[in-house]
Amino acid sequence: MNILEVNNVSKNYGSLYALADINMTVGDGKWLSIMGPSGSGKSTLMNIIGCMDKPTSGSVILDGQDITQLSLTDLTVIRRDKIGLIFQQFHLVPYLTALENVMLAQYYHSMVDEKEALNALERVGLHARAKHLPRQLSGGEQQRVCIARALINYPKLILADEPTGNLDEANESLVMNLLHQLHQEGSSIIVVTHSPEVAKHAETTVVLEHGKIAQIIDNLK
Amino acid sequence: MLNKNRLFITKTLLSSLIRRRSRILVALLGTAIGATVLFGMVTLCYDIPRQMGKAFRSYGANIIFMPAGSHATIDLNLVNAATDLIPSTQRIGVTPFRYLAVRSNVVPYTLVGTDFQQITKTSPYWLIEGQFPSQDNEIMIGIDVANYAHLSIGDIMPIAGKSRQNDNFDQIFKIVGIVKTGKTEDSFIFVNFTKLESLLQEQNQAEVIELSISAPKEELQNYIAKVKLNFPSIEPHLIKWVTQSETQVLGKLSSLLYLVTSVVLILTMICVATTMMTVVIERRKEIGLKKALGAENRRIAKEFLAESLFLGFIGGLIGSLFGLLFAQVISREVFGSSIVFEFYLIPFTILISMLVTVVACLMPVKQAVEVEPALVLRGE
Repeated sequence: MNILEVNNVSKNYGSLYALADINMTVGDGKWLSIMGPSGSGKSTLMNIIGCMDKPTSGSVILDGQDITQLSLTDLTVIRRDKIGLIFQQFHLVPYLTALENVMLAQYYHSMVDEKEALNALERVGLHARAKHLPRQLSGGEQQRVCIARALINYPKLILADEPTGNLDEANESLVMNLLHQLHQEGSSIIVVTHSPEVAKHAETTVVLEHGKIAQIIDNLK
Repeated sequence: MLNKNRLFITKTLLSSLIRRRSRILVALLGTAIGATVLFGMVTLCYDIPRQMGKAFRSYGANIIFMPAGSHATIDLNLVNAATDLIPSTQRIGVTPFRYLAVRSNVVPYTLVGTDFQQITKTSPYWLIEGQFPSQDNEIMIGIDVANYAHLSIGDIMPIAGKSRQNDNFDQIFKIVGIVKTGKTEDSFIFVNFTKLESLLQEQNQAEVIELSISAPKEELQNYIAKVKLNFPSIEPHLIKWVTQSETQVLGKLSSLLYLVTSVVLILTMICVATTMMTVVIERRKEIGLKKALGAENRRIAKEFLAESLFLGFIGGLIGSLFGLLFAQVISREVFGSSIVFEFYLIPFTILISMLVTVVACLMPVKQAVEVEPALVLRGE
């Protein structure tokens, strides 16, 4: 079964197209990388998959539901229930502790559970830093809080936008190991990156160029 | 379970206020200054006309009691009962006058008995050289009398006349003061009210009573109607030139104050709104993130609403205290007296302050939540 099906998706901004006729699928529990240079349309594609934007044409089936037909409010609900987002800039609320940042995702999803949030932080190796504010954490630690926040609501799909873009090598390795762990536990993952090193961790890499799929690489071969 | 969520969001709200204290202080300062100006100006709007009304009393009495019908005098007991109808806070002064035709070295004069303590309240514009008589053998003469008879302070003046019982008296008085008013008082001789009563051999009667009351024209007219109804032997009169000019000036002053206050308030509210908007706009990324995490627009708006309500409340409370101080300082500096504190202005100021912060907050929040989270998070 596929967790995601992207069928003939195009996105135009007036006469300019950001995406043209994109087709791809992600199987349940699979890891896909979307790779491409700046301006290739990978962020636009990620936003569409992440329910933060709508395509001009085509359909996106997420967990069996066509999200292109949904209202913005419904998209918010889908995003909350089915997707775990990891950002390049981490995007943690600066005045909340690591623990509170994780609990914030629980709050918007359903109910807060401090014990569960602490477990999520423990999973990313940050139990001891739970009461620290983002500014007291290193970049790698902030990204790990971001990962803990993304997985706290057991999403169907983890969507990571340049998750190692702002990290040094050691932290990059830590974050990629965490994604591997999640993948081994059955999570479906899509990583958007411009780095071939990061992309090759996935089972499949979709290479975008000028808004079109230029290449699909099977990394397992 | 629901309580857990409520507890969490309350905690995050407090965290937002405490951990963003430098930003919060700026917003709080803005709302507090706005509330200070609001409270201060509204208080002054109420108080300045009142203070000015008091200041106007220096122009002299605004009501005169005269004997009604064929009566020659008014019973002072009735006058006391009539003046008791006026609240003591509005009663500035009540001065009785009694007149007696006398002669001094064959020249006819009018000897006036009055209460000098009350004169200072009902006719504070009298220019006195020397002092008011304090002893029974002391008099104060009008400037015209002094010029005509070539008299000055310290001189002796013999005064002769007749009592009500037609008994003659001839007494020597010492001049202790000379009065100059530019009016009929300049040709009178003044003596203590009780002294004149003893010369007349008649107690508790007066020909004219001057009243100085701090009240608007309508209230004075109501009072006059009441006196006419309850005391038929008293003929009350409104001194129109005083009350009319007072009403006109106070009316114009009030209009000017309301206009200035409105302009200042609008400007202050714009400043508060701008400060709040800046604070919210700075948090657009946070709004985008919350949206990305699945928060509905309504929920985010509610969180900001709660925060702005809190800021408005605290700012309004602080502003009320400082506004009171501000109005007090102005009142003391300009009028030399304290303001009358209107308690209901505190909740009024807090409510306005909360309303302004909420409105100022909701506009940018509404704009921010309508933008796609992806754009906000990318900084577009």
